[in-house]
Amino acid sequence: MGHASTLPKTYQKLRDETAVRDRSLREKVMTLEEAASFVSDGEHVAIGGCTMSRTPIAMLWALIRSGRRKLTVSRSIVSTEGDLLYASGVSDHIITSWFSQGIVWGISQVMRHFTENHVAKFEEWSHMSMGLRYRAGAMGIPFMPTRSMLGSGVRDVVTESVKEMICPYTDDKLLLLPALNPDTALIHVQRADKYGNAQLDGLQFMDLDIAMAAKRVILTTERIISNDQIRRTPDQTKIPFLTVDAVVEAPFGAAPHECYGNYEPFFSHLGAYAEATRRDPVAGVEEYLNRYYREPKNWADYLSLLGVTELLDASRRGRSIVND
Amino acid sequence: MIEGANHTSSELLAIMSARILRDGQVVFAGVGVPLLAATLAQRLHAPGLTILFEGGVLGPFVVPGELPPSTNEQRCTRKANMILPITDVLLLLQRGYVDVGFMGGAQIDKYGNLNSSYIGDPSNPKIRLPGTGGGNDISSLTQMIVTMKHERRRFVEKVDFVTSPGFLDGGTSRAEAGLPAGGMFKVVTDLAILGFDPVTREMVVEALHPGVTLNEVRDNTSFDIKANGIETTESPTDRELSVLQEFDPDRIYTA
Repeated sequence: MGHASTLPKTYQKLRDETAVRDRSLREKVMTLEEAASFVSDGEHVAIGGCTMSRTPIAMLWALIRSGRRKLTVSRSIVSTEGDLLYASGVSDHIITSWFSQGIVWGISQVMRHFTENHVAKFEEWSHMSMGLRYRAGAMGIPFMPTRSMLGSGVRDVVTESVKEMICPYTDDKLLLLPALNPDTALIHVQRADKYGNAQLDGLQFMDLDIAMAAKRVILTTERIISNDQIRRTPDQTKIPFLTVDAVVEAPFGAAPHECYGNYEPFFSHLGAYAEATRRDPVAGVEEYLNRYYREPKNWADYLSLLGVTELLDASRRGRSIVND
Repeated sequence: MIEGANHTSSELLAIMSARILRDGQVVFAGVGVPLLAATLAQRLHAPGLTILFEGGVLGPFVVPGELPPSTNEQRCTRKANMILPITDVLLLLQRGYVDVGFMGGAQIDKYGNLNSSYIGDPSNPKIRLPGTGGGNDISSLTQMIVTMKHERRRFVEKVDFVTSPGFLDGGTSRAEAGLPAGGMFKVVTDLAILGFDPVTREMVVEALHPGVTLNEVRDNTSFDIKANGIETTESPTDRELSVLQEFDPDRIYTA
């Protein structure tokens, strides 16, 4: 089975794929398992959030449990979820600008193991290039010109996917970045209604463009609010319902990562994960997957394993962002 | 470094780089020492320094004892003027709003090219490093300050891979590659402050930290490096050290 192409599709195909979607104001609340069934093996899945922020962990947890294979995954910056996607076999191709748990924990030994042994691919683009590729996808155009990445090795390793042009107005040399239109986008937000109107606090990362670019959006949300509540503050709605195909209520749906204003990263848990994978990348990540991803009966069971003490500590820190 | 000095080499890096930043500048800062140094400069001599983080933050003030694990967590947004999408904060670089880009490096060469992607052959690397993040964008689009430990294996004739472009092959090669703006400005190490020759674009020693000799710098650099009217920097002051320790009491970035 082949991987999804991440080069621009024809405009006709892009329009046709959108035309057949039910874009009406309809209810689309479902379970994590039901939403996971929307994703097929070999697809291109884009992940919202960045590094340890608003990572749609609950949805990735469901995808790993559902045994999806050979997904091409793209994200602005990849943290621990990349280790888990590689090690579970869900993805063997990750497109991103930076891949490791976080600078304070050093290089991901799991990423090193899989890439250095040629088991999985880490396709590197600059951070702005990732963003401009999603934006081109969101705009319905096949590429975006940029002045970044020129002259570098980062440009050279993706030479088959980029083109250079001389600007017809100014004669400047420009790099053309191919649009990214993911098959599925996974995005976690603080609140959404049953139709998929998503309100998003704090850092937005690339999520708005990803939602607009994708063929399908699966939204997980800390809580589902009423459509009336959305309509009282429509200026706070950042992702429009017509781009969304599934809404799943997933409290602590980014844990052990952060969800702005709700909880910060679960530092002890993440420290222990870093330590275990440093000792033995393969066994460490395998034990982690068994304990936290394969064995729990349900999402609540997973959260119990994270533990009330850490949950409270992360929540206290998370809510403190509004303190002066 | 001075024997028995009351600071770590990371603290020295943060303090020496903070001093280069000027009040009123717009600085795009990476996580780690750059974030700490920009924050230190804000507290000490540059209260009007505007910090940008690639997570999408414009003009924040990081809170002491709450250093973020990357530039993409809520801790980066404290007292910010604006939160904006990643792509848009990076586009401020392309548009020309940023004075200085400021980041760390794993490996640098004599033309200031940085590698944070691969040690060894990129198609079969000895070590796969985390990659560019915004590093390539920042160094492609603005003037750069880089801060890193001064070691032979880090200061090489030619990097294994150009993640973040400096002056590429020297001379006018950067502009010819399509990067007319920006370029390397200073490299701050635990031994010295280095600049770049305006014509050849080769790295040169500009100042040594107290107690450091030029030979020591050369011993820790694996290419020939010229010196340019060498000055000596002032030792870190108690005030600089105490503010730094206030920000990083657990020594997350300054161990």
